[in-house]
Amino acid sequence: MALGGTRINPSRFDRRQIPFYIILIPLAIFMILPIIFIFSHSFKPLDELFAFPPTFFPQKPTLENFKNLFSTTTENGIPISRYIFNSVVVTVAVMFFNILISTMAAFALSKMKFKMKNIIFEINTIALMFVSTTVTIPRYLLISKLHIVNTYFAHILPLISMPVGVFLIKQFLDQVPDSLIEAAKVDGASSFYIYRKIVLPLIRPAIATVAILSFQVVWNNIETSSLYVNDETLRTFAFYMSTLTSNIGNNVAGQGMAAAATLIMFLPNLIMFIVLQSNVMNTMAYSGIK
Amino acid sequence: MLENSVEKKTRRRNPDRPYAFLLPYLLLFTIFIVIPVVTAMVLSLTNFNGLQMPKFIGLKNYVNLITNDDVFMQHVLPNTILFSLIVGPGGYILSFLLAWMLAQIPKVPRTVLALLIYSPSMTTGIAMTVVWTVIFSGDQTGYLNNILMQLGLIFSPIQWLQSPEYLMPIMIIVSLWSSMGLGFLAMLAGVLNIDPTLYEAAYVDGIRNKFQEIIYITIPSMRPQMVFGAVMAVVNTFQNAAIGVLLSGSNPTPNYAGQLLVNHIEDYGIIRYEMGYASAVSVVTLLLVYWISKLAWRIFGEND
Repeated sequence: MALGGTRINPSRFDRRQIPFYIILIPLAIFMILPIIFIFSHSFKPLDELFAFPPTFFPQKPTLENFKNLFSTTTENGIPISRYIFNSVVVTVAVMFFNILISTMAAFALSKMKFKMKNIIFEINTIALMFVSTTVTIPRYLLISKLHIVNTYFAHILPLISMPVGVFLIKQFLDQVPDSLIEAAKVDGASSFYIYRKIVLPLIRPAIATVAILSFQVVWNNIETSSLYVNDETLRTFAFYMSTLTSNIGNNVAGQGMAAAATLIMFLPNLIMFIVLQSNVMNTMAYSGIK
Repeated sequence: MLENSVEKKTRRRNPDRPYAFLLPYLLLFTIFIVIPVVTAMVLSLTNFNGLQMPKFIGLKNYVNLITNDDVFMQHVLPNTILFSLIVGPGGYILSFLLAWMLAQIPKVPRTVLALLIYSPSMTTGIAMTVVWTVIFSGDQTGYLNNILMQLGLIFSPIQWLQSPEYLMPIMIIVSLWSSMGLGFLAMLAGVLNIDPTLYEAAYVDGIRNKFQEIIYITIPSMRPQMVFGAVMAVVNTFQNAAIGVLLSGSNPTPNYAGQLLVNHIEDYGIIRYEMGYASAVSVVTLLLVYWISKLAWRIFGEND
């Protein structure tokens, strides 16, 4: 054991860790405070939302806000369930196709030999720096040229290709020994067979990570709804939420509903991350750019 | 028989068929990333209102941006520089320090604390606007106003999100709050994977304190993760720059106090339909992100 050296990943508590806790715990509490606030706000009855001075925790928790949220329909008579349905369809489709094409591309980039390989990977690495909000206008022009305005495709197609997904899976796959794949090849297995039976099971942690990332991008996305879809019945829950929050300043009853909606937006992210967090850490270990 | 000959033909090219695997990704990548970027570059050289054919005007949009756009020069550019200098490197350094500290506590508390610190970054964009609008609400029911008034620090409520002098600091705090994302996780994994014998060797070689240890051992050993984290920090800074508009509820933001490059693009492109000009701003933003990322790359790549 090193005398003065930093001990990474210690197995048990010792006194020298105390300073870290003193800094980390208050900071973590500060980080989580707004999220706890959303929880408590969404369970507050109307009179507590109005209360002065405002209270942090609800005194008489109630599901009223959630009931209101689900019984309200928009001005156009569209029920909330419709927005949620749209969000689920779009999210599932984007996640599925994103994982499918990212794993396929990463497999080729990591385990096959061909001329353009390095150039393609380099372009993909540069694309990590791509800031999608800068090209909303050309994307809009493109989507109207493709005649997919006001369809589910306008939500789905722009979000499927995610450079960081291909990047992470490829880096992860690089550390899987080639011998496994070579052995299968000798046995006469096709690339598609190897992809399905050998590669996919081996890269599960990376797939889980990309699933989370892709979920976060789609589920929280309001851009596709506000720019590419005018048909209210095809817009997503995130978009509906943004309309709720944009005029809550002078509407306290709306605050409770908006908090309930925020909670519904946030919880799936949290649950997915908690369930899959060890996979994520495993994947991020290979995330370096060389 | 037929199948056999087909197989032979493809086998001669490349038995693995890499392009069959790459095609779907490359296709969508080209359509939704490459083509929009190229289109933005082309449109930036034109005068285009979205209806009539674009008219080629050379570099005039760029010249106007630098010489004629008072809002850009007096508000957008200084705001962007201030915002990205604090949120970018600030968030990055904070991510690293938190990751470094977390790596030195046992697994269970580490996992819990890392989750708490990471969770704000799941709430990208709109999701958390409601929290901030309630906390910073301009009347006395706003939480911050209430606390400050009870403490006797202020006597009348402050319009936090509508005041030019408070909007930018609030934007910076909110952005820092949600910046412990993928880069943070990458760096945490990076610190955890450093070979412990390196530290022992370093102390034998005469390293004396934690600061020297970070500079000479930790950072050099996890350089690839540091670069990845830097790229993520730069991209997030620019990607989440719509925060000012979300918080204040208007574009342009009050007195342009929270106006950043991304809002400027939207202001011209989507509100004023000056798409050629907006595209020039887009190109400038993308170049800026690229240069800054490359700079970070060079800083951490140098000692190789």
